[in-house]
Amino acid sequence: MNECGKAWVFGDNIDTDVLAPGLYMKGPLKVLAAHCLEAVDPDFAPNVEVGDVIVGGENFGIGSSREQAVQALQFLGVRTLIAKNFAGIFFRNALNFGVVALSCAEVDKITAGDQLSCDPEQGRITNHTTGETYACDPLPEQLLAMVTDGGLVDHLERRLAKKEHAS
Amino acid sequence: MGSTLAEKIIAKASGRESVSPGEFVTCAVDLAMMHDSGGPRRVEPILKRLDAKVWDPDKVVLITDHFVPPVDAMSAAILDLTRKWADANGITNFHDMQGICHVVLPERGHLSPGMFVVGGDSHSPTGGAFGSFMFGVGATDMAGVLVTGETWTKTPATIRVDIDGELGTGLSAKDIILHLCARIGMGGAEYQVIEYGGATVAAMSMTERMTLSNMAAELGAQAGLIAADATTTAYIEAAGGNPGNPAQWQGDADAKYLRTHTVDASALEPHVAAPHSPANSAPIDDHSTVAVDQAYIGACTGAKLEDLQMAAAVLKGRQVATGTRLLLAPASTRVTAAAAADGTLASLTAAGAILMPSGCGACAGYGAGILAEDEVCISSTARNFQGRMGAVSSKVYLGSPYTVAASAVAGRIADPREFLVGETS
Ligand code: SF4
Repeated sequence: MNECGKAWVFGDNIDTDVLAPGLYMKGPLKVLAAHCLEAVDPDFAPNVEVGDVIVGGENFGIGSSREQAVQALQFLGVRTLIAKNFAGIFFRNALNFGVVALSCAEVDKITAGDQLSCDPEQGRITNHTTGETYACDPLPEQLLAMVTDGGLVDHLERRLAKKEHAS
Repeated sequence: MGSTLAEKIIAKASGRESVSPGEFVTCAVDLAMMHDSGGPRRVEPILKRLDAKVWDPDKVVLITDHFVPPVDAMSAAILDLTRKWADANGITNFHDMQGICHVVLPERGHLSPGMFVVGGDSHSPTGGAFGSFMFGVGATDMAGVLVTGETWTKTPATIRVDIDGELGTGLSAKDIILHLCARIGMGGAEYQVIEYGGATVAAMSMTERMTLSNMAAELGAQAGLIAADATTTAYIEAAGGNPGNPAQWQGDADAKYLRTHTVDASALEPHVAAPHSPANSAPIDDHSTVAVDQAYIGACTGAKLEDLQMAAAVLKGRQVATGTRLLLAPASTRVTAAAAADGTLASLTAAGAILMPSGCGACAGYGAGILAEDEVCISSTARNFQGRMGAVSSKVYLGSPYTVAASAVAGRIADPREFLVGETS
């Protein structure tokens, strides 16, 4: 989980309507994802690359409980989110869908375009552009295992398959 | 250092001595509650993919309330699917068309202090009134619980809300929570736990406490707890449940709270939340010129027996204003029966209230009672988001059952105290 990705930096209170605009909620995920974060940065969805990192401020993911807010980011290839703090339900959804969400007090030091890598187990983010490292809240082993497997359902699928194998 | 009530329940559920805020834990789930909208139709595809069974059918409570009674072929099909799923999965705690999940769950004795409970609905904090740690989860989380009997949580910190002083005539728990919505703001609790306490809460009935816990969801709390006392025990016993050992499920005197809010209930005025947020709430006189087309007494928040009794105290011997309609959807079939037995229902229907089925009904626009363009409604429900109860341009004000009833009589938003002077609350 130590790969490098480019930072896309956003402000405080990025809500679920900005991430998964209500207007496109009924359509396919592909269409919804194309409008992800459009309200604050129209360049994001067309240009984001697999492995890029989202950096937010306070209350990232505030709003409704819609799981599509995470799925849209994931569809675009985002696997890591860093923010000062996350809205509770969004945080649950992110990890349940296999997206790493790290709370970090030092996000202000990150500039758009910085190359970042993270170690969620140790609770450390490295900024390869500036050479700085930041502390973040580590994720415990059992959650990391779930995230690595691709989220809750995939994780359970593996667990159940293992059990069957063993029995 | 001592532990809060939430920390004690999470510690027990995760098999630890103690837990601290911020700590991630995996918890054994004592009970999982689902309804027809977020339940079987959403979790079954995941269970199918995993080829998995419900871990313990006796720990699942399934309640139909959102599409009850069905209004079209689609909602009928959802109910049909729900019933067949209950049958196929051996869910014996299946309450079909008996009322709204958050009210039926404790009514049938399913909750007791110290339980760790997940609910497939955002108003799941209601269960916190019984000293249970209950919170809402989405379909993916619920499927995980159904397969494994456990779920993970980041241990929340606890925000204490101390409420003291005697509520005046025509005031209720709803006014307190609307006041808090204005003060703390939507989401202001940041997914921590709200724990209510103080003399006013101690003096409240269980149904009034449920109103406080229910709308902890509007504050953005993960759970809204009230430690169990003799009132809790008596309610659970009457409901045929097992109150367990309430003395064990109390926060320690030296527990650490993130912060404490205090409310002086004796100084409180009736509160009304203007469209389109519960946080837009203010003392009622700000709104006294607003004419209302529809008054609604319904929902898990505002149609329990005591809510109906509050409305009846205002409506007894009076008439709903011409040009205004009063819709009444008791929160459960048991509430309807009890209100029929004690004369409450007769007072309400004699005043012109239109009796509707027990279910979510007009609250989230699922059932009958939808608003037309530009119509104004005063409602005893929990949320007044734009378009939630009908047309996008409709306007919903939130108030207590007293205030909704007074407004129905006046044909405009009215202070219930005008109708209750000289009467005891
Ligand atoms: S009555 Fe309203 S708030 Fe309560 S569960 Fe039903 S839709 Fe939700």
